[in-house]
Formats: sequence, structure tokens, C-alpha cells
Amino acid sequence: MSQLVAGRTGDWEVVIGLEVHAQVSSKAKLFSGASASFGAAPNENVSLVDAAMPGMLPVINRECVYQAIRTGLGLKAEINLTSVFDRKNYFYADLPQGYQISQFKQPIVGAGVLRIVMADGSTRDIGIERLHLEQDAGKSMHDQHPSKSYIDLNRTGVALMEIVSRPDMRSAAEAAAYVRKLRSILRYLGTCDGNMEEGSLRADVNVSVRRPGAEFGTRTETKNLNSLRFIQQAIDYEVARQIELIEDGGSVDQETRLFDTATGVTRTMRSKEDAHDYRYFPDPDLLPLVVTQDEVDKLAAALPELPDDIRDRLINEYGLSSYDASVITEERETAKYYEAASAGQDRKLVANWMTVELFGALNKSGEGLASCKISPEMLGGLVGLISDGTISGRIAKDVFAEMFESGKDAADIVEEKGLKQVSDSGAIEALIDTVIAANMDKVDEYRGGKDKLFGFFVGQVMKQSGGQANPGMVNQILKAKLDG
Amino acid sequence: MISHQLNFFYNSKKHSDMSVDKSTVAKIARLARLNVPEHRLEPVASELNGILDWIAELNEVPTDNVEPLASVTGHALPMREDVVTDGDCVDAVLANVPEGASGFFVVPKVVE
Amino acid sequence: MSDLLALSAVEARAALDSKAISATELTTAYLAAAEDTAALNNYVLLTPDHALEMAASADARLAKGEAGILEGIPLGVKDLFCTTGVRTTACSRILEGFTPPYESTVTANLWAAGAVMLGKVNCDEFAMGSGNETSAFGPAINPWQGPDKLDLVPGGSSGGSASAVAARAALMATGTDTGGSIRQPAAFCGVVGLKPTYGRCSRWGIVAFASSLDQAGPFTRTVADNALMLQAMASHDPKDSTSSSMPLQDVAAALGQGVKGMKIGVPREYVMDGMDQDVVKLWQQGQDWLRQAGAELVEVSLPHTKYALPTYYIIAPAEASSNLARYDGVRYGLRVEAGSLDQMYEATRAAGFGEEVQRRIMIGTYVLSAGYYDAYYLKAQRVRRLIKQDFDTVFEKVDALLTPATPTAAFAVGRKIDDPVVNFLNDVFTVPANLAGLPGMSVPAGLNADGLPLGLQILGKPYDEASLYRVASVLEQAAGFTATPSRMAGGAQ
Repeated sequence: MSQLVAGRTGDWEVVIGLEVHAQVSSKAKLFSGASASFGAAPNENVSLVDAAMPGMLPVINRECVYQAIRTGLGLKAEINLTSVFDRKNYFYADLPQGYQISQFKQPIVGAGVLRIVMADGSTRDIGIERLHLEQDAGKSMHDQHPSKSYIDLNRTGVALMEIVSRPDMRSAAEAAAYVRKLRSILRYLGTCDGNMEEGSLRADVNVSVRRPGAEFGTRTETKNLNSLRFIQQAIDYEVARQIELIEDGGSVDQETRLFDTATGVTRTMRSKEDAHDYRYFPDPDLLPLVVTQDEVDKLAAALPELPDDIRDRLINEYGLSSYDASVITEERETAKYYEAASAGQDRKLVANWMTVELFGALNKSGEGLASCKISPEMLGGLVGLISDGTISGRIAKDVFAEMFESGKDAADIVEEKGLKQVSDSGAIEALIDTVIAANMDKVDEYRGGKDKLFGFFVGQVMKQSGGQANPGMVNQILKAKLDG
Repeated sequence: MISHQLNFFYNSKKHSDMSVDKSTVAKIARLARLNVPEHRLEPVASELNGILDWIAELNEVPTDNVEPLASVTGHALPMREDVVTDGDCVDAVLANVPEGASGFFVVPKVVE
Repeated sequence: MSDLLALSAVEARAALDSKAISATELTTAYLAAAEDTAALNNYVLLTPDHALEMAASADARLAKGEAGILEGIPLGVKDLFCTTGVRTTACSRILEGFTPPYESTVTANLWAAGAVMLGKVNCDEFAMGSGNETSAFGPAINPWQGPDKLDLVPGGSSGGSASAVAARAALMATGTDTGGSIRQPAAFCGVVGLKPTYGRCSRWGIVAFASSLDQAGPFTRTVADNALMLQAMASHDPKDSTSSSMPLQDVAAALGQGVKGMKIGVPREYVMDGMDQDVVKLWQQGQDWLRQAGAELVEVSLPHTKYALPTYYIIAPAEASSNLARYDGVRYGLRVEAGSLDQMYEATRAAGFGEEVQRRIMIGTYVLSAGYYDAYYLKAQRVRRLIKQDFDTVFEKVDALLTPATPTAAFAVGRKIDDPVVNFLNDVFTVPANLAGLPGMSVPAGLNADGLPLGLQILGKPYDEASLYRVASVLEQAAGFTATPSRMAGGAQ
């Protein structure tokens, strides 16, 4: 599948790798007992350990370790039973220790894979390089005072999972699909809430371009993108910038850049020093982390069904389209809703009603599935009425709209409004005869070869019946009558 | 006095190549956020080289199949329960702060 | 007063329990002694009000018969241990005025056992040094003097602790040992100093120097006092991931066990050409004493001994360079104002850290830096494993090792040395135990020709402090070391 970008002098291939930082869902921080919750007053969720007071020491939170393992299992990755925490040394106001505890050479999770689904339903496997645990940093505010910065350490020490992909993506769309899928998996597993606005999930994008078939070009890193839109914008901008730069005879510098959300432009971070020399070494306040295969197996056994597995099941067992299956399984709540709604009903039809009508209505009203008045059983009921011929699909749309507003049951609405479909052949014949009689000229034209007029007759019959005539039967009988 | 007695131990051969020069000293000082004034760069380089020459003695030791020692304790990393047991002590955290404001730490402005 | 000061801690406990003396009396005597010996500059912060309050509480508990094992015993705390509400500086300008709102686990254990804090004692800045000469408060002075009456160093980094105990300005004192910082000053000052097994005492709340090497330990006048203090200090601390849960043996019982049947190793690599003859003689003497007491002396080999010092001087500065990064003027301690954040860091750290500390941070930063990590740091950690393996092998055959504690006796304060490496060599006999995590004790065993104390070092297997106490008790009894320093409190000048 070619996703090449046309430059002035020829085509270019885009190479993208992502480093996603996902805040671990846990009550306490990675190495301290302070709360990891969001939204506290400044420096309230800060322990003496987080503030790096003299003599403070780290103690690891087992749940954070398990969350990382669960995520690794969800990414079908190798779990490294022994891993090591290293110190990444640098100076910054939001880094009280003067080093971040991270994992450098021996991360807790190794190689894995993540399957992305594109808009056209095609799938691609994107390689995962590794996942490691590390401490988050605090927050600096630079706009509170003309010459001072204010530091809040609440976020310092919260557990992060850094998930590094292989440079397997070839377009901004693929990158967005990757992040969506990753977010979906994290939310299914409950290991990260994936809230990008709040900063629970952020991405650094590595972008380079090359002539098709050539070696990898020099890549740049654009940091801290916290929405799918910004990720795509930043990639598009970088690609265009790099292509133009190279075609003009220049070369791409390996550097770190920041994305300006207001202007859609990436720019170089002012370099703090020649190069960051982090002087990684194993943290001597910690010992190597060892988990047993038994612990890993127990975690694996307790995992919920993952989106890909549910998706495969929906496609293989229920015959859903790749697209519908992906949309339905993006969130665990949606998948659960679908299972309940489609139980005992036409699985494909229910899927169609969810993805088109239900999601359409929810989007318009800005609601979420959880607050929707239509329960899964109610939706199933509506679809059931279509399947058993009680109402037509056309009428069902009106019934749906009413259900969405009022929360009333489909059967009740049909009953109240007398919307039952007319499937009596005699009644339909009579309607058809009436229409034919009133439009003899058109009948002649149709019989003379204007096939398109068939639709006109169908429309007239449906109008006469107030929309309640069984469309299938109308078609059948009308055809027979017109064709003679 | 001491140097006589301990010369048997301290092999004061100096390598002809200086491993650290003024610019390296300046770089290391920068990494460590230490101000080494210009006139001290040369003496510090010389001092460091003396030390580095000495510790380079370790190159004599064959260590091809020897794993680095991770820890002397012999026990595995203990893990704690996911319970909030700490924090909520802003006063203690800010008790010794050179400059603070409304619960924040305050520093000279950082330009990104 | 000097009668009170003459009591060992064990004797003082008995006297307190029998109500022969009160805790307030004892503390008052020691506070006076501290004033008396102020010229030794052992205390960087005497806390008399606080001490008397604690003594009063001790007296109350004694009255109720609820005495802890150190009830009423006045001691000095090395200024590396964070003490709630009491200024703690690591003897550095960079922690000027720092008053911790928390207590180190080790000192909390001591107060829970009923001990009384007299104040904070002097040390080398951030525990870096072997003469207590790098302290921002000026050098601590050894109460011992040679015939020339020059001021001598008490050793370091826990110089103030050793000197205070020797001068009878504290009955006991806490210290820390990273490369010999308890054992070497103990030897220089003629007192007993123990570096426990790594992980035996919690490091929580102690200003960190080199995390994989640091260990808190007791300074006392007698071996029995030392066992008592260790019992109070040691604990498993869940707040310290490197803290061991191996239970402390009954070290009090070990005191009287003798050494019959024990095999004591004498490492051949600790014999050096041109060694100080007084040290050689004393070492020989120590071996004879143990042999006479029924131990078997065995020559053993620790082939990588000579590499211990360079290994240490890579690992310790590397860890220190990272541990000291938090001293940046942002959240506590000294801040030197400047235009930008980086300028503030640089100005603060340059003004706050002394020369030795800056030197070690530079070395540490260099050996960890890109391109040098493998050649220096990783190499050192491999050699460290070989050094540990040497000990593991030897301890399959022997129960403990006997070596000198230091290559010489205490030297003069202000000794001019151009080459910093010469100072490093003070630690030659002590550093290997830190690298291997082993317990080590220095016991005063004799005087040199100048009348200055020399110590013998006993090294043991991990978590086997009991064997150290067995050997130390025998040495102490055989040595009959009763000499006292000329500048001791209440003593003749």
C-alpha cells in the first residue's frame, strides 16, 4: 500500500516511530506512598521522598509493576522476569532528585506487537520495541510571574509506562491509528485511563523521510503531543519540512523539537547543552526487580478479553465487517453493550444500528454511551422488530429517534403510533392498483424501457401507505404487475 | 611521611596522554552544574588526571566473563502495597524552602 | 564528674537501673564535658535543652521500671543523620540551616531505646574524607597528642564521633562508614567502631554519600557497649529497599563466648613492604593473643586486594555525583540567587560544596559519562564482584579475618598533601569490606612509639557480627588498653 509523499524531485517514504508515555492507573506513586491522583492543590500529593529531601529512599509499588506486566501481555510482548532500574541524570526544576528513576538497558517488557486497523478495514502489525517503567516529573509554570517559575511536584514520581514502537509506521494516519489502538488496549486492561487532555497519555513522534528502498534518513523527535490531531499535524509538518529541506540541498539535523499547537508548526527546542549525557547507571538504592513466571501467569489468566480477540470473534463468528468490529471494540464498554444488545438478535444488523444510528445520535447530542436512554436490550428489541417484519427499516429510524428522546421501548412506540408494517398482500395489491391507475402514462413509459421509473412507483406506494407497506412485498408485487 | 610508606602501593606512573583537558573539565563541570573558574580549569584537569591514571590500574584485571556486581545484599527488590501512606504534608515539604509562594516552589524563570 | 564520665555504657545502665545515678546527672556531666572539650571542635551543634528534656523523660521511665536498653545514655549524633527539629548539615554549607521535619530510622531507634541526644557531631563534608578536615565547621581535633603536641586528626569521615567518645564528651556516638569512616577514626582515637553488614542498619534519613557502600554504625569505648548500641540501632526498615530482614544475632551473648575453635584468617596481601613497624608488631601481637585464647590462625589470600582502592574511588564518587545532584538550592539549604535557573544551580553548588566534594563529584560525573562508563564504572563493578568472591572463598575456610585497621596512627591536622591520592590511601585496609558488604570492627589494641593509639580490624561474614564480637572481646581483654588521651574531659592536660 503506497503512502508515498510526492516531493518536488520525486517520491518520499515517511518513517515514523512513537514513544508513548502512559500514566499508570494506581493509587500511589511508583516509588513513594503519596497519592497519584490528579487535581490536588499544589504540592499536596508530595511525600518527602518525592521532594528529594536528604536521606530519602525509593520503595517500589507492586501494583505499578503488575500494571506494566498486564500492558506487556496485552501487547503480546516478552515479559522480562528480571529487570533493572537505572538513574537518568540531568538537572531541571521539576526533577527534584537531579535524576529520574527509569529503566535503560534491561526494561521490564521486551518486544511485542500492536495491530492497527485503517479506515478501509485493512490491518497492519506495528512492532513494539519495549515498555519500561519510569517516574513522571513535576510541573513548572512559567506564566505566573515575569521573572520566576513556579514548581508543583504533585506529578513527580507518578508511575509512567514508556512504550516504544519500532519505526514501522508509514503515515500520519497509521500513527493516529496506533495511538488509538494503544489507548484502547490500555483502557481495556485498566492500566491507564488514556486521558490525553489531562496528560495521562502523551506521545513523542520520531519522523524521518527517505527515498523508497533507501536507508533510514535522519530523524527528529517532536515531544509531548497530547491529542491525535496534534500528532498528525506535527507529523505532516515535519514531513513537509524535512522534504523541502533535503530537496533544497540541506540535511536534517537530529534534534528534539516542540510542537506549537497554536500555529501547527514544529520548532527546535533551545538546546540546553551540547548533547544530553544522562550518565545512566543502575540505581544503587534499588535492587534488580524480579518477578516469577507464576506471578506473570496469574496476571495473564486474569486479563479481560482484549479488543483484538473480541474483534476477531465478531468477524469470524458473527460475520461483522472489519470496520464495524473495530469501531465496536474500540472501547470495552461499547463491546459489552454490543454483546448484550445483539444477544439473540441479528448480529450484523445490530452492529449496523450501533455504528450508524446510535453513534450518530450520541455524537450529535454529545452524550456518552453510559448516559444514553437506550439500553442494550432496548436496541436489541428494536432490531428484533425489524427482523421479524413488524416494522420496516425506514420506520425503525423514526422509532429509534423516539426511543432516544423518551427512553420508551420500541414495541410500545410502535403500538402507540400504529406503526406496524403492512404485510398483507391483498392490501398491498390494492395500494399498487391505485397507484398504477393514477399514473398510466408513467406505466407506459416504464414498459417502454424507462426502468428508473420503478423507484417512482415504489415511492408512491410507500407514500400511500404512510410508509408502512412492507417494502419487500411492494417490490415483488409491483414488479409482477408492471412487467405483466 | 605517609607517601614514603605507601609508595609501594601507589604506583605513580603517569601516562603521557592526558585523558582530561581544560575543555573536558569545563564540560564535566557543566554536566555537574559546578562553576569552575577559568583559572582553575588547568589545575583541576591535572588533579583529575592524576586520579584517573591511578584508577586506570583496574585495566590490569581480567574481567571478561565477570558480571558487574548489582548488589551485595543478596535479596530481591521488596515491593510495597498500592496504598496511599504519604503526602498531604505541604508544610513539611516547604519547611526549608529558600523561596516559596502559595504552596509552590519558586525558582528563577526557565525559558524553554 | 569524671567518675560519672568514667562509667562505660553498660556500667552506666546498671547504675541508672539501681538508681545510683540519674539520667539527668549523667547527661549534665556529659554536657559539661562537651563544653570542657570545646576546643576539639567535636560538636557542631550542642543541644543542651533538648538533651535535658530527654534525660528527664528517661528518668521518668526509669522510675516506672520501663527502661529501654539504652535508657539515659547520652550520645552524639554525626551530622549526617537527619534529626527532627534539629539542624542537620552534613557539615556542608549547602545545607546551611536545614532543619529536617523527619528523623532517621537509626536515630529514631536510639531514642525509642531511651538514649539521650547531646547534639550533632562534626564530620567530613558529606562524609568525604579521612581526617574530618573538609568540614564546613572546621576540623575536629583528636584528643590524643604525640610528643610534639601538634593537633592531630581524629580520622574521618566520622572524626567528631570518634573524638567525642575518646574525649569522654559523649558516652557513645553514631557514625557512618562508606570506605572506612567508622573504623579508621575509631583506630585513630583509640575507641571501638563497628561498620555492620551492609543492610543491617537502615539508611533512611541519613544523608546519602555512596548508596551501595554507606552503613551506619556505633562508636563506643568498650566492645560490650558497642554490642549494646548495635542492638538498638539495627532494624529491618521497609522504607529502605536495601535493608535486610536477617535478624541480628544475640551479640550480647557472643561477648563472653571466646574464640576457642575459631579459625581466624590473616590475609597475606595486607602485608606491605615498608609498613609502619608499630602496626606490623601490633598485628603480630593480635594474632598471638588469639592463638593463646584457642583460635587457629590461618594465612589466607585475597588476591584482588590492591584493586579495592581504585575500585572504590570509581564507584563511590559515581554514586555520590548522582546523590548530591539534589542539592541545588531549590527546595532547601543554601541558595545563591542568579539570573537563570542554571546559573542559580552553578552558583549555589560552587559556593555550597567544598573542594573535596567538588573533586569527587567531578570524578564521579566523568566516570559515568558517555564513552567512559564501560571503561570505568562497569569495569569497577566487575572487579568489585571479584573482590567479593575473594572474601566468599576465604570465608568457606575461616570464621573471621584479622588485619590492621590503618596503615599508620593519626597524622597532623593540616598536613600538606599536593596529591589527593595519598589521602585516599588511608582507607587501604578498610575499603574492601565496604565493597563486599561485610561487617568490620576496629578495636583499640595498643599504642605506637609516639603514644598514639592503633587499632586492629576484624572482618566477618555477612550478617555474622557475633563472630566479630567474640574476637573483639578477646582482643580487648588481652590488650588491656587503658590509656587515655591527654585532652580528655576532666582528665589531666
